[in-house]
Amino acid sequence: MDMAVAEKQYTTISGVPIEPLYGPEQLPDLAAPAPGEFPYTRGIHETMYRGRLWTMRQFSGFATPEETNRRYHYLLQQGQTGLSVAFDLPTLMGYDADHGLAEGEVGKCGASISSLEDMEILFRGIPLGEVTVSMTINSPAAVLWAMYLAVAEQQGVGWKAVSGTLQNDILKEYIAQKEYIFPPRPSMRLVTDTIEFGARHTPRFNPISISGYHIREAGSTAVQELAFTLRDGMEYVEWALERGMQVDEFAPRLSFFFNAHSDFFEEIAKYRAARKLWAYAMRDRFGAKDERSLKLRFHSQTAGCSLTWQQPYNNVVRTAIQALAAVLGGTQSLHTNSLDEAYALPSEQAVTIALRTQQILGYESGVANTPDPLGGSYFVERLTLDMEQAAGDYFRRIDEMGGMIAAIENGFPQSEIANASYVYQRAVEAKEKLVVGVNAFQSQDQPIELLQIDQTAEEHQVKKLAALRARRDNGRVSKTLDALRRAAEGTENTMPFILDAVRAYATLGEICDAFREVFGSYRETAHI
Amino acid sequence: MNPPIRVLVAKPGLDGHDRGAKVIARALRDAGMEVIYTGLRQTPEMIVNAALQEDVQVIGLSILSGAHNAIVPRVMDLLREKDMLDVKVIVGGIVPDADAAALKRRGVAAVFQPGASLDAIVEFIRGSVVRV
Repeated sequence: MDMAVAEKQYTTISGVPIEPLYGPEQLPDLAAPAPGEFPYTRGIHETMYRGRLWTMRQFSGFATPEETNRRYHYLLQQGQTGLSVAFDLPTLMGYDADHGLAEGEVGKCGASISSLEDMEILFRGIPLGEVTVSMTINSPAAVLWAMYLAVAEQQGVGWKAVSGTLQNDILKEYIAQKEYIFPPRPSMRLVTDTIEFGARHTPRFNPISISGYHIREAGSTAVQELAFTLRDGMEYVEWALERGMQVDEFAPRLSFFFNAHSDFFEEIAKYRAARKLWAYAMRDRFGAKDERSLKLRFHSQTAGCSLTWQQPYNNVVRTAIQALAAVLGGTQSLHTNSLDEAYALPSEQAVTIALRTQQILGYESGVANTPDPLGGSYFVERLTLDMEQAAGDYFRRIDEMGGMIAAIENGFPQSEIANASYVYQRAVEAKEKLVVGVNAFQSQDQPIELLQIDQTAEEHQVKKLAALRARRDNGRVSKTLDALRRAAEGTENTMPFILDAVRAYATLGEICDAFREVFGSYRETAHI
Repeated sequence: MNPPIRVLVAKPGLDGHDRGAKVIARALRDAGMEVIYTGLRQTPEMIVNAALQEDVQVIGLSILSGAHNAIVPRVMDLLREKDMLDVKVIVGGIVPDADAAALKRRGVAAVFQPGASLDAIVEFIRGSVVRV
């Protein structure tokens, strides 16, 4: 063999060494059970996409609820099959559009929602009994969900019929995305409240989407994404069990959300390992009996952090490769990023190409014709086993620390991710990892058309909020907020109290302030 | 030997995406600088006060949310009020070209957009700080 070839280290994008060749000697047992059979490594359904293609669900939201509503109607007309709401930063942090800290941020990263009135506008003309809606909201998730359920009521749609997903994964906020309001324990109580409420009232709604996406975007390796996400999932299960629920009452509605990054085979192995690990954890660690509790269902999104500012049209190609990995990995729904991801929220043209990418995969490429087409590949099967083992090591370390909350308080997942992201950045700097257009093959960029969000969105939202505060029954607002505060101080489920406050048009900020008074606010100790 | 350059790395605004800020902070420290990282959600007032107390020569602002046009000019105004315009302000994040030019007119020393190399940032800081 050529000496240069023999000596060069080949690694995945996560830095995992890859052998020169994979063959039967690396695999003691190739016979993974069929798709639809425990532990579901090859997929959760026997027929996979023959039964139904994945849901093509583009995450979107910007400026005012009026403008976002127009975009939703456009996306549905283009053949998108589900909605996914992006909220702006003030909403994510539980501040109204007229709060001082919201200045300059209203509508910038998503739609601005301060009250039930905004939620009514957001879903105007969209039948909530027919369209499934995913909402990317975490710390104030219970409040936005209450607004959503109240809009369904107004539309005459029973809660038993509404279907969709709340992200509501607070643990990954402490670990990676850092959009938290309250300290971990009261936050976990709110999450458990929604899981309990959902099990009783909304049988078709996923109250949580346990997310590795943001962990990966923060710079983790594929194994870290897998391990921290599944261990977060176990933490939610433990809290719900402690609440007194039976595992099979709520576990079928737990859903997951993974990143689809650029290292094609590593990603496919990650999804396969995730299903297997979750099935074993649910059966052996928690004693789940219902088959639906054992099946890991997941949404995926292509990797925003892999997309480049330089030569942005190349991002269409990156996204297509990543989306293909998610589909070959058996995803239940998918968001494909737009080519302008590194610049701004997507323009209509950019988001249309991203949606068309999924449609080409689904309807032209033939990859959806048979489940787990890479099952039996020496390489993919070996990577799946390695991934499973490495994640198991992380589970043990976190268990030894006393669980995920203790690990977060020790800064463990945070520093593992920060180290991985620094190692990767150094590798890019040293050109050990090449990024086309960034540290290799540079050329002059062509400018692209971007979506502009002007200051009028903020003015519009602030004015609307002032009118609402003047118009509503303020006596009823303070009464419902008082009741909510008392519920938060006690141990009852807070969801019915949040619903009452929302129906009285108490704002998101007012409801979160009531919680802040009782629970306090969280500040992390920053490490570098 | 010159004393090390002191840099305040700050995350203003509501955005919590701190991957870039942390990578930069570590790279500057590895390059021999003294780095103070403020943590998340700092107001312009908090940032300028920290810069004063820590006696830094450089403030690095990491902003990915699009709120730079609201935040950065306030930092510059506060520096002017406190007679601290000798402190170099650099901005990193998702800042379109037109906005970057406007921020430079307001006195920002440099804007580093996505894909900027760590070495380029280190070299810029070394080149722009006047050693006493």
